[in-house]
This record gives sequence, structure tokens and C-alpha cells, in this order.
Amino acid sequence: MLTYTIRRLVLAIPTLLFISFVIFMLLELAPGDPMAQVPLTVPPEVKEKMRLALGLGEPTHIRFLKWMWQFFVVEPMMLTDWLFGTTLAEGQQRVLSWQFRSPVMDVIVQRMPQTLWVVAMSYVVGILIALPIGIYSAYRQYSVFDQTGTFVTMVGYSVPPFFSGVLVIVIFSVQLGWLPSIYDTTLKVVDWVTFKKQLMQMVMPVMVLALQTTAQISRFMRASMLDNLGQDYVRTARAKGLSEWTVVMVHVLRNSMIPVITVIALGVPSIFGGAIITEQIFKVNGLGQLLITAIEANDLPMVQTVTFIIAVLIVFFNIVADVLYGVLDPRIRYD
Amino acid sequence: MTLKPLLFGATALAGFATVAQAERGADGHVNLIYWQAPSIMNPYLSGGTKEVEAASLVIEPLGRYNEKGEMVPYLATEIPTVENGGVAADLMSITWNIRPGITWSDGTPFTANDVKFTAEYCMHPEVGCAQLAKYEGVSSVEVIDDLTARVNFSQPTPNPYGPFMGGQAPVIQAAQFAECLGARAQECTDANFSPIGTGPFKVDEFRPNDVISLSANPNYRDPAKPRFATMTFKGGGDAAAAGRAVLETGEFDYAWNLQLAPDVIANMEKAGKGVAMSAFGTLVERIEMNLTDPSPSLPEGERSTAKHPHPILSDIRVRKALSMAIDRDLLVEVGYGKAGLPTCNLVPAPEAFASDNTDCLVQDVAGAKALLDEAGWTVGAGGIREKDGKKLSLLYQTSTNAVRQDFQALVKQWWQDIGVETELRNISASVFFGSDPGSPDTFPRFYADVEMYANNFDGTDPQSYLAGYTCEKAPRPETQWQGENVNRFCDPAYDELVRELGRTAALEERAEIAKKLNDMLTKDSYTIVPLVHRGRVSARSNTLGGVALNTWDTELWNVADWYRIK
Amino acid sequence: MTETPPPIAALTDTGPTAPPRSQWRDVWDQFRSHRGALIGSIVLFVIIAGVFLGPLVWPYDATFIDIRARNQGPSWAHPFGTDQLGRDMLARMMAGGQTSIAVGLTAMVLAVVLGALVGVLAGFFRRLDGALMRLTDLFLSLPLLPLLLVMVLLFRESLNGVFGPERGIFILIVVAIGVTSWMPTARIVRGDVLALKEREFILAARSIGTTNFGLITRHILPNVMSPIMVSATLGIANAIITESALSFLGLGFPPDFPTWGRLLNDAVQYLQDYPERVFWPGLGISLTVLSINYMGDGLRDALDPRIRGR
Repeated sequence: MLTYTIRRLVLAIPTLLFISFVIFMLLELAPGDPMAQVPLTVPPEVKEKMRLALGLGEPTHIRFLKWMWQFFVVEPMMLTDWLFGTTLAEGQQRVLSWQFRSPVMDVIVQRMPQTLWVVAMSYVVGILIALPIGIYSAYRQYSVFDQTGTFVTMVGYSVPPFFSGVLVIVIFSVQLGWLPSIYDTTLKVVDWVTFKKQLMQMVMPVMVLALQTTAQISRFMRASMLDNLGQDYVRTARAKGLSEWTVVMVHVLRNSMIPVITVIALGVPSIFGGAIITEQIFKVNGLGQLLITAIEANDLPMVQTVTFIIAVLIVFFNIVADVLYGVLDPRIRYD
Repeated sequence: MTLKPLLFGATALAGFATVAQAERGADGHVNLIYWQAPSIMNPYLSGGTKEVEAASLVIEPLGRYNEKGEMVPYLATEIPTVENGGVAADLMSITWNIRPGITWSDGTPFTANDVKFTAEYCMHPEVGCAQLAKYEGVSSVEVIDDLTARVNFSQPTPNPYGPFMGGQAPVIQAAQFAECLGARAQECTDANFSPIGTGPFKVDEFRPNDVISLSANPNYRDPAKPRFATMTFKGGGDAAAAGRAVLETGEFDYAWNLQLAPDVIANMEKAGKGVAMSAFGTLVERIEMNLTDPSPSLPEGERSTAKHPHPILSDIRVRKALSMAIDRDLLVEVGYGKAGLPTCNLVPAPEAFASDNTDCLVQDVAGAKALLDEAGWTVGAGGIREKDGKKLSLLYQTSTNAVRQDFQALVKQWWQDIGVETELRNISASVFFGSDPGSPDTFPRFYADVEMYANNFDGTDPQSYLAGYTCEKAPRPETQWQGENVNRFCDPAYDELVRELGRTAALEERAEIAKKLNDMLTKDSYTIVPLVHRGRVSARSNTLGGVALNTWDTELWNVADWYRIK
Repeated sequence: MTETPPPIAALTDTGPTAPPRSQWRDVWDQFRSHRGALIGSIVLFVIIAGVFLGPLVWPYDATFIDIRARNQGPSWAHPFGTDQLGRDMLARMMAGGQTSIAVGLTAMVLAVVLGALVGVLAGFFRRLDGALMRLTDLFLSLPLLPLLLVMVLLFRESLNGVFGPERGIFILIVVAIGVTSWMPTARIVRGDVLALKEREFILAARSIGTTNFGLITRHILPNVMSPIMVSATLGIANAIITESALSFLGLGFPPDFPTWGRLLNDAVQYLQDYPERVFWPGLGISLTVLSINYMGDGLRDALDPRIRGR
């Protein structure tokens, strides 16, 4: 297993380099213009000069190599500088956003708190709700609990967040006036009062996002549990007198986790992709909003960097999932 | 004699009253929401409206336009004119006198040097300055003394109010930006995010595309202003959410540019937390006719170029009939409510420049049908007109926007009534309004028969706006498909008149010429079919006072005067 | 002594009394006895019949504007009310349903088939695993919006030329959704296959000389049906919603072409004033997804020989 893990990690490097190249070429090919949001009152000649100032005059491969250098060399040097107070990156140009003219990584770091508070939290909440629902629904298939759970999760999944988000705002902010409809990203949690405030502003976006996660994961959990509950080894386990809890929660659950682990691992990188629509509705302005505004503004360095970071996470978590398969089911052999 | 002490007493009282109630920062905190979030605080690096608006809280120009479109001095003592000698008689220069005693928010004095530096900064060839057009024709900026700056032009300039006038051309601090000239402008993150200014607020923290925290400028020239000690400028979301936050939940005090259906806004107002205000500038929603053939059967490079005139729309009778079939009153009612007026003009304001053209305001379906009959288009199978075996069928494109899609549906039905078949297409705004030469879907490329969007001009003078429709401004492969003249309209008489406008100084004559140019594009040729003169709708809470919605400059032009109604 | 004793009655072979039944008959019987599946099938059938046959009898056209009748509530003339331009909502729901169901089902089938194929191949053949899974990683990493924009740029005109505008766009949308949503299914299926192929019954089947093709179709696929079914039901909801997002990019159908996703999207800003306008398309999508979900449940049970006949 260890050699497999190491081999996969080593192999991930060329994979990622290739992915970064494909992303770059895709963004190059995609129609779009960083000047699209500049008002029409600005004449085309001026827009052309602005494009040149952004470095768009240089050929594609030069810009790709420049981005590689800045991302893989200058940015890590910046990090060491920041950690150890060295001055390695002095005078080096970092990856600059076309919208902000500021280093892309700074803005990404700035967006982390709200992304983690809202998107990551909703993911954790979603998983924590989904697993018990999925397990119990399967254990008591076609019971009232199962039927209700199925109904609620499927309706929840088929209702898009651009609708459910607005709906909860209308109910809880406009009609009842309980919760704020706009997320305050400058809020710093220092005491009980601010913590309460933070909770209040998190509730709605977390609810909306968790609904989607819950629906998805609980369906996979239930299906997988059902497959395993009918297996012979369950009967054997019961026959040898194991308690029902042990049978279900140890034997069946462990064998049912493979698809669920896959889904969870696929979802973790998307936390860092943010939740585009939900963030927009609640003005959370996390990484999702950063990415979508960058795409709309054709801020290629930003889009390239954010998608590449997500790609790194995707590759990494898929490796994690593959390793976990082996841990969950020792019969799985890769070598 | 008895009058004097009375007057004296009154002024003393008034003075006392203002001092007693007006103190800087007395009104606490104010919350603004812009559903498009500002990405930078330097309007010279981003021409976007949201950035210009946000920056206007901090950096100021020498003069601004007020809510009526009149010029008012800000950092200058007065607006220079030919009459007061500020503008040279030969129109080759304009001299600005700076108000004495103004300091930057860091306490250093504001001088003519800063003015000169600002022009140098923007005119540097490597900066990529978004407001370069404001400084067009400027040959140099001279510092006469600390408080006097003269802008010299390379040719007579009848409208010398480009540089340092209005929110797009504010003065930046020479000391702060000295290191940011040329290509380095892109890397000056600190200066670009929190410029030092003379305005009522200063930046405490700038989070790009998210939120700006500001506080009152301690060195602001009026000791009683601004009335708010701190400000949160939140960005992001959508127009409906911004409107809701001000009008329905009352979480925010001011929401910018609510592009929403009129009944939606009216219903939000019913909550009683705030009011929606509207004001009109020069923005006109229009249908542009393509005078060249966009057919995909033509070879690439010849499509939508002057080589092939449009097979249908080259006939003015067809263009006129298409315009006649439209009910502009209904479009306003459905799409804009009190924030729209039906119009037939490309230049709808200011009043002096607006033509009295109103023929198109009445829908005339019968007349349109007769005109098409006359042009030889006869009704064929399925009620669609035909001529020489060719169907009268048009591709109608616009950007993705709820109101525009409603307009498309309505216009399609009206055109159907007169026998014109319409195929609709909507394109994401970030592609449509871009000018990526690789994309066939941009508005200047115009691979469609008709397209709809809105455009306006800065300030109150339409010269450069109208000059966009001369022959050489047509987008074509040689210009990388760049150019304002998307119709490929070409009329030597029009070009000549534009040149004449550039030479004319007297306001009345200028207005006459502008009206003539406007008519040539609209009622004389139906190249451009204006639909709606669009206003701006913004919302304020009931407790926010002093707001004067301004469409000629930034909406935050008088933010120093805003206060809390108690 | 040599006489054989009479056999014990209980041990005599009497031969089957019931006529032999095919496996599919059993599946069908089991499916029929699943109440949820039955109701789901009926509801889905009613929806499909409604949206495809309804326009034949309903007098209003989905794009006809009657501006005087705008923003009306439910009435006999307009049972679902009218929208902001006075278009009949029932007619729009039916026209929208045709597109949404067609797009949803086709795109889902494409994504699931593609995902299952990649997943099974990668899980079963170790040699393909690396390449196919790196391909999956690549597709997962590509930013969706620019990818879609590039697809429109490259293929719209040529597809329109070959298939005509409407069918061309339909193909483009279905392919766009399918190509960008097969990856989770592929990874999930692969994960299950990796575990399955080490089980004893696979070893047994292999030892009696079953070919790889037989192994996959008879032994592997039936055992990964349940995650595939879940992916399919979730995928349908996804495809319907994604279609509405595509229309924002100008990739979708022309703006006067209603779909459930678009109707829902347009109605959100009128949520407070005319809530019924959000309700109908929301209900349409939910009901379709729910009924397919129950049908999937029923099918899964019916195909599982351990449950069948229980």
C-alpha cells in the first residue's frame, strides 16, 4: 500500500502539470475579453492599450511559462518569506489578478475564512446528517422514516439553490426578520456576541448547502447499505450471535463505505471551488464568488490559479479515496 | 440700521445651529450595497462603473457634474470658462485654480503638482489607463504655481472638460503614486487598493470584490463633514437581493442601480423601509440594424463587412417598418416603469442636445405592413413575407438579462404581426460586451441581423459618442473587429458634419449639429432604432438623508452631505 | 426382499406444478408489487403524456403574448395563471416539460452510460485504470463555464448546419451536460468494481472459464446497479437544472423557448408576489425526479434475486 501511495503521489506531478496546461489552453480558447466589463463609453483603442498593459500582447506559450514560473517558484518563495522572514521573493513578480492588480494568492487567502465557515461547515453538517439517515433508511427499508427521508431529500435535491436560497431569505429575513440576509465577511469572532452573530449569518447558507450534500450522500449510503444487508456474511454474523449494532454498524457499514467515500472525496475539493450560487445569494463572497466573478471578468490568471488549486485537491483526494478503499476492504489490491 | 443686527443675529443663530447638530462623524455608521463588487479603488486602471463609484468616496476631481448635469467646482475655486478667462480664447488651454487649504487625508497639502502628476500617470503609454479618452488631445499640463494648473491641448478643443472633471478623472496623490508610473502601475497593490485622497472618506480595509471598510477623512476640508464616522461598502450578489436588503429588511441604507422589473420594486417598497429613486442620464436602450450581410454562408473575413450589403435591411423601408411595429410605451411599462421613457433619440439628454424627434412613439402596424408591401415583400406561407423566394427572417441577439429577454419576446411578436420571422439569441454579457476577436458572439462582431443593448456617454457633451458612427469606426477584420460603429453605417455627409462639430465652440451651434447627427442615425435612416431612454433606479432607506441621485457623475458625488434622519 | 420400498410421499418428485417462468417475468412481477415503483411509473407516464399530448388540445401557444392578461392568477382560462408578459403558464409548463424531460433523460443516460463504462473498465482492467482515472481527474478539474463556452464556439455553427438550429442545440446541450457530469459515476462504479472483482463469486465464475465480457455483464454490472441507479436519479435533476444555467451563457435554447429550469429561474424574482409561478415548474422537476427515483428503487429490488419473491 505504501509503495502504491508513493507511486500515485509521484505520478500526480506530471498529471497536474498536464492538467494545468489543458486548463490554460482551454481558457485561451474560450471566448471572452478582460475588457468586457469596461463601459462602452471607453473607446476601443483605449481598451486595446489596457489589454497590452495586462501582458496580453505576449504569445500564449510565454504567458503559460510565466504563469508556471510565478506559481511554482515565486509563490512558494513568498510563502517561505512569510513563514521564516527570508527575502527570497524580493523583486519577483507574483501571479497578478487582472481585475485587482494584486497577487492572486493574497485574495485567495482572504477568502478562506468565509469559505471554511460556510461551505466547509455545510459539508460537514451535510455528511453528519446524511450518514445516519442513509443507514437507518436502509436498515428499515420502506418504513415511514425511509419514505419521508427519501421524499424530503429528493425534493431537496431537485430544488435548485437559486430558489431555496431566496425562499429562506424571504421567510427568515423578510417575513420573520430573524436572520440577516447579507453575510458580513468583516465580522471577527472574538467573544460570545460575535460568535452568536456569526452563527446567525451562517445558518441559512449552511442549511441550503447542506440540503444538497445530505440528499446526495444519504442516497448513496442507503443504496450501498441495502446491497450489503442482504449478503450472506450478514446472516453469518447474526448467526454467530453478534449484536445487531455490531452487525450493522461494523460489518455492513464498513463494507458499504466504498461508494460513500468516493462521493465524499469528490466533494471535498468542491468546497474550495465554493458554492457559486449560494454564495451569491447570501453575499458570502467566498472562493466560489471569486471564481465566478473572475470567469465573468475573464481574469485569466485568477481563474487559472483557482482552478489549478482545485485540480490539485481533486487529484489528492482521489488518491486518498483510493488508499481508503484498500483500508476498508483489504482484499483490494493495486499492485 | 435695524436690519443689520437682525441679519447678524440670524446668521449667528444659523451658524450655531449647524455647529450644534453637525459634527464630523456624529451620525455613526452607514451601510451601502453595490450588487457588483468593486475590484480596485483606482479608476484609472479599471474603467468599470463600480470602481469609479467606489473610488469617488476617496479621490475627487477638480469639478463634478451635479444632479442637473451642471458643472460645479470641487477642488477648484470655480469652473473655468471662456467668459471668466479660464479657457483660452483660442480653445488651446484651460487653467484651473485650486481651492486653497486643501490637504490629503495624510495631512500633506494638495497642490497643482498632484494635478500634473495625475495627467502624466494616465497618459503614460505603459499604464494602460482606462480613462485615457478623458485626456485625449492633452499636450501637457503645466504647474503655474502651487494652486494653479494649466492643461494645454494640441488642437483647439471646444469641450475642454475631459481632464480632472467628473468621477472618471479624479486627482491622485503624486507622492503615493510616484513609484507606480508606467508598467509598475499594475504592481502597486497598496496604492491601488487604498489611495490617499481628498474626499470625505478614507479606506481602512479594501477586500477586492467583497467589501470596503471606510472611515471619515480627518483632514476633510469641511470640518463638519462627513456626518458618518464609518462606512461599510458591501459588494456582490444580485440586484434583487440588494433591493431587498434596503427596501424590505432595512439592513442596508443605500442600494445602487436596481435593474429590476418595475412591479418587483414597487412591491419591495410596500414594506415601508425605504424608497426607490430614479433619475435620467443619457442611457438609451436601442436596436441596432446590421447594414452588412452576416450570413454564415459567406467566407470568414467577409461576413458582416462592407463588402456585402445586407440583403434585407439595406432597404430603409424595411428598417422603418420594423421600427413602426414597436410599441415603445408598452416596453417601458413592462421593463422599466418609472425608470424609463419611450424615446426616438440616440441623444435623449441634456435638453439642449435632444432632438424633437417623436414620430416613432406611436405604434403603426398598418403603416408598417403597407411599407413592407411597397418594398416588395409579400405575405407568403405561414404569414411570413417573402421576396424573390427569400423569407423575411431576422436573427435578433442581445445579452442575457431578464428585461432584455422580455423585450425580445415582445418585439418578436410585433414583428410576427407584420410578417417578419425572428429567431432570438441571448449571449452571456461577459462574451457579448467583450471584444475578443476570436469570438463570433461579440456585439461589435455582429454576426446577426439586429442586436439590442444600451449605451450612453460620459458628462454632458455627445461629441465623441456621435463621432463613433463615422465610416472608419466600423468594426472589420483589419481592426480586429474593434469599433463603435457596429451598424457599419457609412455616410460621407455624416463624417463631414462630425468634423464640423469638432471645430465648433458655440454651445447653440454645437447643439444644432448634434441634433442633426442624431436625426441622421435615427429618423432619417433608421440605422439605430432607439427604444427606451433608461433612467437609473437606486434605493435609500427612510433614515438616510441628503441623497441626490446623480446620473451625470457618480451616485456618491455628494456623499459628504449624507446624514442620518433621526 | 428385492422389492423396493415405496418412496416416502414427501420425497417423490412431482415436477413443477406452475408453468416455467422467465427471469424477466419475475422481475416484472416484483416491480409491479412495489407500490412506490408503480405509483412512480404512473406519475411519470402522466407527466410525459401531459407535456407531449397536452399542447395538442390546449388552445394557447407557449410563446403567445397577451399583454393585457399579464400577471394573472389561476382562472378557468389560465388554470396556472399567466406570466409577466401574459403568456399562459400551463402552455409554457407543457412546452417546457417536453424540453426538460427530453434533455434530462438523454443527458442522464449519456452521463450514466459513459460513467459506468469508464468506471467498469477502469475497475476491472488494471492496465486501463491509471489512464482512465487520470482522464477522470482531468475532466473533474476543468472549469465548467469556459469548457462550455469553448464547446459552443467550436460546435454550434457546424451542428446547426448539419441538424438544423433546434436539433443542433439539443445535441449540443445534451452532449455538454453528459460530457461534464459522467465523472462521479465513473469513480463510484470503479470503487465498487475494485472491491467486487476480489470476491469469491468472481473467482468462481472465472474458474469455470467465463470470459471478461461475460464477467462484466453477468456478474459485475448487476452488482453495481444500485449506485448507478442513484447516480441516474440525481443526474436527472442535475441535468434539468444545468440546462437552465446553460441558457444564461447563450449556450442553451433560444430565450423564447421555455424549459422548466428557465421558468423556475425567471419566476424567482416574483417569488413574493406570484408564488404559484415558482411552484409549478418546481413541482414539475420534483415530481419527475421523485417518480424516477421510486422507479429506480423498484427496479433495483426487482433485479436483485435475493430480494425477489420475498
